[in-house]
Amino acid sequence: MEFFFQQLINGLSLGALYALIAVGYTVVYGIVQLINFAHGEIFMVGAFGAFATWVLLGSPTTWSLAAALFVLLPAMILGGVVVSVAVALLTERLAYRPLRTAPRLAPLISAIGVSVFLQEFIRLFFGYIPGMPDSKRAIPFPSVEGISGASFQIGQVTVQMPAVFTIVALVVCTLFLWFYVNRTKTGRAMIATSQDPDTARLMGINVDRVIMAAFAVGAALAAVAGVAHGLRYGNIDFRMGFLSGLKAFTAAVLGGIGNINGAVVGGLVLGVVESLATSFIPGQFGSTAWKDVWAFALLILVLVFRPQGLLGAKVVDRA
Amino acid sequence: MNKRIVKLAAVAFVATSLAFAGCGSRTESTSGSSGSTKVAKIGVIAPLSGDLSALGLGIRNSVDLAIRQANESNAIPGWTLELAAEDDQATPDVGKNAATKLASDDAVVGVVGTLNSSVAQSVIPVLQPAQIVQVSPANTSPTLTRGSDLSNPKRAYDNYFRTCTTDDVQGPVAAQYLLDAGIKKVATIHDKKSYGQGLAEAFAAAFKAGGGTVVAGETINPDDKDFNAVITKVKSAGPEVVYYGGEYPQAGPLSKQMKAAGLNVPLMGGDGIYDPTFIELAGSAANGDLATSVGAPVETLESAKSFVEAYSNAGFSDPMGAYGAQSYDAANAIIDALKVSLKDATDAKSARAATITAMADVSFDGATGKVAFDEWGDTVTRVITVYKVTDGKWGTEKTLTAE
Repeated sequence: MEFFFQQLINGLSLGALYALIAVGYTVVYGIVQLINFAHGEIFMVGAFGAFATWVLLGSPTTWSLAAALFVLLPAMILGGVVVSVAVALLTERLAYRPLRTAPRLAPLISAIGVSVFLQEFIRLFFGYIPGMPDSKRAIPFPSVEGISGASFQIGQVTVQMPAVFTIVALVVCTLFLWFYVNRTKTGRAMIATSQDPDTARLMGINVDRVIMAAFAVGAALAAVAGVAHGLRYGNIDFRMGFLSGLKAFTAAVLGGIGNINGAVVGGLVLGVVESLATSFIPGQFGSTAWKDVWAFALLILVLVFRPQGLLGAKVVDRA
Repeated sequence: MNKRIVKLAAVAFVATSLAFAGCGSRTESTSGSSGSTKVAKIGVIAPLSGDLSALGLGIRNSVDLAIRQANESNAIPGWTLELAAEDDQATPDVGKNAATKLASDDAVVGVVGTLNSSVAQSVIPVLQPAQIVQVSPANTSPTLTRGSDLSNPKRAYDNYFRTCTTDDVQGPVAAQYLLDAGIKKVATIHDKKSYGQGLAEAFAAAFKAGGGTVVAGETINPDDKDFNAVITKVKSAGPEVVYYGGEYPQAGPLSKQMKAAGLNVPLMGGDGIYDPTFIELAGSAANGDLATSVGAPVETLESAKSFVEAYSNAGFSDPMGAYGAQSYDAANAIIDALKVSLKDATDAKSARAATITAMADVSFDGATGKVAFDEWGDTVTRVITVYKVTDGKWGTEKTLTAE
């Protein structure tokens, strides 16, 4: 039984990471109907931003527990968020906004271009920033006292602190997002724009600003996910956004693209299915090699029987 | 429309991933030709970019060093040797393109490479029809020399040689070492690539034959970052050691995550994890981890000292990596054969076939010990060393000779 709970916790923490990224796909899709392929790279850039912040702080390794948790970690998250949001807004301004009235496929291809550009940019040029290591291979992510490598036991079940961090981050971010969307002026403007951008504009809503807000919110959450990724796996590299982005996109579709709650649920479901499939499907079909097969089989089943995703799309589909 | 966009999106995602497999940079070749001497080139096919570049750059530099020394001492009168290095990005398709490029260059007489057995499988069939001799410093898959049916061995390619020992030696030596240390229960994990799988299977077979139990056999995807699910599964089987068949980009994080998940047993691997980057990636979790690597430790071998010294004096920006000495020996084996084949040759291309014939008689004391090849093209030096991580550094544990 503890085996089941162990895999459940593994799955939930993995799913929380997917969910944090998936929110970015869904928020942007809800408003501009664009699958932002570069979002996986925004996540990657966030992790590098957090790493750079750590280097700028003088590469501290011996800070006390309190200093690490209450100064270093928030500073790294903030640094990652700033970099991610800046890059996301820049790509929105340069790569998507000029194409807003173009046919649907144009911004999609543009997004793929941005994705390739960001990966190659980090691969080739990150090392030239003074003080930064060569990024052609994986870079060890700084360890934060009290989180990296730390764990505690509940019975036979080992709970790792980075997993706790990821899940707490997801809960905090989801609450923040709910408050932001439902209780602030910009949030309500986002809902209005997603329902009908033309009418929203007639009502005096600055649609450009709403779209920028959507990109910024998604990027901020992706940066938090980037830090969580670094703390969990201890390494970051320029390609980390690709597979995580693909999984997060899957999670967003699974939950119902355009729906924020759906992205969270989809992420958690995907993570848990991957983990449990490794252990609880008998025979060779249950090995790690097959976990992605089960995850994507689930996606196909959901799309066949419930094309709008698990939680359906709350936004009106104008397409 | 909504669904169609999502579908398009999925297709586009796959398209990007494919596009990625094909891109990268191509550079290189140092030269120093002079006057009226004729030019012969020795190629290198190795990963010069990407995760495994730490090993690949060490291979290239070591070959470069051997070529420079040969030119300085005028080893082959009337000929100047040049290096032609190609990046294979550790990918079979890219390696094949690199091999095609080298084969079409008439000046190329030999190739040192590849790092990965999987890449070699697509490179050798290109070089063989062109009669270019290939010496690998690092391919450890037994099938490359003895054909796919090992119980009925048949030389697969007459142009292919190697200066390293193979998985069917390395795996059993690791098994013997653990059994001698009193370990009875192990789990194996491999990455499904031909190197990793071959190594893990050879290890498991020998461990069972020696009276031990393999309590779990698992695989990972090389692209994965999260190994917690497989670690939990392995942990419940209660192994005393986890044997990993694969390379350090996955082994480092795997070791780190194993210890974080409370599976506090050593991880052991082959030469693919014997690299400082492994410790860098695993952090303090690497302490106690083990690796086997081919040859005696370079630092202790008398014959290797001059190589190590020359390498550090040559001013390369990258360390020699795990295969520096083997690569240096591989290049020198080709140079040795060229002394015979180029002597009366009018041009480099016509000397290709003679070079392959001359390889059989190559015999000298290299950086890894005696360099000579048996009837399969495998090295006659079958020495394996076990290394252990202590205080964040690889240290020599034991040197064993396979029978």
